[in-house]
Amino acid sequence: MSTKLNVLKHDMVPDHEIMSEEEVSALLTTYNITTEQLPKVFHDDPAVKVIGAEADDVIRIIRVSHTAGRAESFRLVVKRPKK
Amino acid sequence: MPSPKRIGQIEFGLLSPKEIREMSVRKIIWADTYDDDGFPYPQGLMDLNLGVIDPGLRCKTCDQKASECPGHFGHIELAKPVIHVGYTRLIRKLLRVTCRSCGRVLLSPEEIEKVVGTEDDQTGDLLSEKDVKKERICPHCGDQQLKINFEKPTTFSEVVVEEGKKVEHKLTPADIRARMEKIPDEDLIPLGIKRPDVARPEWTILTVLPVPPVTMRPSIILENGQRSEDDLTHKLVDIIRINQRFKENQDAGAPQLIIEDLWELLQYHVTTYMDNEVAGCPPARHRSGRPLKTLSQRLKGKDGRFRGSLSGKRVNFSSRTVISPDPNLSVRQVGVPRAVANEMTIPVRVTIHNIEELKQIARNGPVRPDVNAPCGANYVIRPDARRLRLAEGNLDTVADMIEPGWTVERHLRDGDVVLFNRQPSLHRMSIMAHRVKVMEGKTFRLNPAVCPPYNADFDGDEMNMHVPQTEEARAEATILISVQENILSPRFGGPIIGGIHDHVSGIFMLTHDTRWFKKEEALYLLRYTRIERMPAPGKVEEGIEYWSNKQVFSVILPEHLNMVFQASSCQNCDVCKKELCERDAYVRIFDGILESGTIDKKAIGAFDGQIVNRIIRQEGMSRATDFIDDMTKLSIRAIMFDGFSFGIDDEDLSRTEYGQIEEVLKNASLDVDRRIKIYEDGQLEPMPGRTVEETLEMQIMQVLGKARDLTGEIAGRHLGLGNSAVLMAVSGARGSMLNLTQMAGCIGQQSVRGERIVRGYDDRTLPHFRKGERGSDAHGFIQHSYKGGLNPTEFFFHAIGGREGLVDTAVRTSQSGYLQRRLINALQDLKVAYDGTVRTTGGRIIQFEYGEDGTDPTKSAFGDPVDVKGIVESILKEAA
Repeated sequence: MSTKLNVLKHDMVPDHEIMSEEEVSALLTTYNITTEQLPKVFHDDPAVKVIGAEADDVIRIIRVSHTAGRAESFRLVVKRPKK
Repeated sequence: MPSPKRIGQIEFGLLSPKEIREMSVRKIIWADTYDDDGFPYPQGLMDLNLGVIDPGLRCKTCDQKASECPGHFGHIELAKPVIHVGYTRLIRKLLRVTCRSCGRVLLSPEEIEKVVGTEDDQTGDLLSEKDVKKERICPHCGDQQLKINFEKPTTFSEVVVEEGKKVEHKLTPADIRARMEKIPDEDLIPLGIKRPDVARPEWTILTVLPVPPVTMRPSIILENGQRSEDDLTHKLVDIIRINQRFKENQDAGAPQLIIEDLWELLQYHVTTYMDNEVAGCPPARHRSGRPLKTLSQRLKGKDGRFRGSLSGKRVNFSSRTVISPDPNLSVRQVGVPRAVANEMTIPVRVTIHNIEELKQIARNGPVRPDVNAPCGANYVIRPDARRLRLAEGNLDTVADMIEPGWTVERHLRDGDVVLFNRQPSLHRMSIMAHRVKVMEGKTFRLNPAVCPPYNADFDGDEMNMHVPQTEEARAEATILISVQENILSPRFGGPIIGGIHDHVSGIFMLTHDTRWFKKEEALYLLRYTRIERMPAPGKVEEGIEYWSNKQVFSVILPEHLNMVFQASSCQNCDVCKKELCERDAYVRIFDGILESGTIDKKAIGAFDGQIVNRIIRQEGMSRATDFIDDMTKLSIRAIMFDGFSFGIDDEDLSRTEYGQIEEVLKNASLDVDRRIKIYEDGQLEPMPGRTVEETLEMQIMQVLGKARDLTGEIAGRHLGLGNSAVLMAVSGARGSMLNLTQMAGCIGQQSVRGERIVRGYDDRTLPHFRKGERGSDAHGFIQHSYKGGLNPTEFFFHAIGGREGLVDTAVRTSQSGYLQRRLINALQDLKVAYDGTVRTTGGRIIQFEYGEDGTDPTKSAFGDPVDVKGIVESILKEAA
């Protein structure tokens, strides 16, 4: 049994999931954007590491929102640039 | 004029001595500036080759006049190299990571790769001092390295171990320069110097100093005809003098000691020339004792070149003066002093339609004799862009010349749109468009109801006014930022404009309970509102018509308004008695008639304003603005009807209350003593997670807090709504019952960081108490009231508590201001795109749906698209 902390199980951490290629292309068409115009998240982000996403993947984040109840957001995984 | 050029790329690097000499037009060797005739010395600091500042002279380099010549650099050949202060960090790093004999980086290629990464994956870190162990052996030539000490501002030394003792050997700038020269180009790249061809490290040690053109250090001629030189020139004079002396001593073969001294002095002057605020270096001073403003000081800080000159903006057609209140103005208006209106102008193009009017305006001339006089003009502009000034003598001649195609710059007049602003401009309501009302006096006048969005008061605040100059600007101002369009704050979706202070007190006094007014009284109250006819009288007694206070208020309400809500004075009873509420706090409006309840802050106040809010939703912004105007006028009349004041004897209580208060405080004090006794006997049971001491402290605070509240209740029992302070607290106009408690009852516990006051002398707060005393008065409990007066120890504790409050606000405002600045810089230029996403100008998405729900708070009912409660109330005419 691993004692590693799974951040996704924490109450305050929203759900993260990797999007399939079809979903990504559908997303890009709806907003008429390229992946570069998506918000970014670093590949070593704890939540990204847990779901096993890698650079150039797009992840979907489902949050509980004060205003809308449930809000979806999408992020492009990028490599953390070293200084 | 040279044609504009597109910037292809920018190269950052260091100025090499070669480049400095190449860009120099003149070698400067004389410290003097002007000769006795006031003519610049050749090869002096004001040499004519460096550009000209005196009118009439021509630049010897470019042959242009003072206004056209941009200036040219010169140079000074330094006798010995000196360190550039701006690069001391880099020099220290390079000395520590490179070999003292071969100049290579003190790491093997494998070690470098570990930090920097491989050739094709250059995403790694840069080499830093930490990566190289101190006093190691060079892997390239095997030489033993020495520890490098750096002493601010510019001294470097090597630590040599001689006979078991550590001795510091000073490194001269020449030594350092020699070591820098040895570092090969390839070794600089992993250190962060990516282009060694434009930034060789030895160029951080100056051998030749550029002399800036005179145009950037102009001398000014004082009233007595004397020349006063710029600070930079003064500093350059110092450098040249010392340099000269240095050279002479060097040539004469002066002893090493003197040479070293002069070298250090030259270093000091060059250092302060670059930056006069370096740590560990006394700033160079002017003869008067003022520190000189040298290169770095010109750039740095708020008034520096970047923040002050380049990003700083100033505008024309603006004015600024003190503000003062005028409740007779509409919130849409702003009172503008005649002197300002006569100076600020609007350009009007002459057409065949307005030519007669504009001719008349030109005839009126530049002086408007009184506020009722028609506006005049200061200038007329001919089609060839020539400006003709209107003056007393030429009014008619110029007016007769006016033809279509000319422009008349007329004065401000009533009804013009202007922008009104108060700093700090923290939100969009800090700038709103008002309509001009020209008035006598010297201040801008505004309706006190628009104070909240500007956060203005009248203790000397000043505000700015801007006059839009084009038709488009005026259209945008009226449609987008007029006061009327900004009643709702996007922060919370409610009205930010509404009654304050006296408006709330006045409307409360008017509408509370039931009163009857005779016709003349009712008309007195409603005189300044926009009423067209009076409703039928509420009752007729002995042939005299009477109107109730609620009828009077209802006159200004829209006709079909239906609302039910609780007033500020509502105590949230378990069972609401509704219309029978003894506080008259159940507000019910039926078809535009106030049936029951008191109008107060909840109904018409800024930030709350339920009635205002409902009118906006149902009748629109314009009607709501009219309502606010009527309300301010009615409430001011209402407060004047009875009169309203507050004096010291309003805080008086009767003998009974004073007795009760004393009793309460005595009991509290005894209770505290009893608890201390329990604690001292070791009988106190600690609360979970607390020590015994903490438990005791909490208990004491609780007991004393309760006692204070109790005195407030006692005072409140005596002081009814007849007391102005109570009325203001209950209606929500100003202050709270706590303020009243402290004035009439007991001020209560003073605290620092939420705890009783404990600091002071050894084991006690003041020498008036025994050591280790824990009682209420020894730790800052004030049992007197502001009215009754404090004893000296209480006064001292009060000052301690008060100081904490002041420090808190001072710290909070500066910190939150900076936070806000950073947030605004990060969020500026974002916009909601047509698909509902929030994007940057580059089209990058910040939010996929604005606010996650795509809702504008000012256009929704607290987040819901439909205001169900409002609709139900207006249809059923009952509480929803």
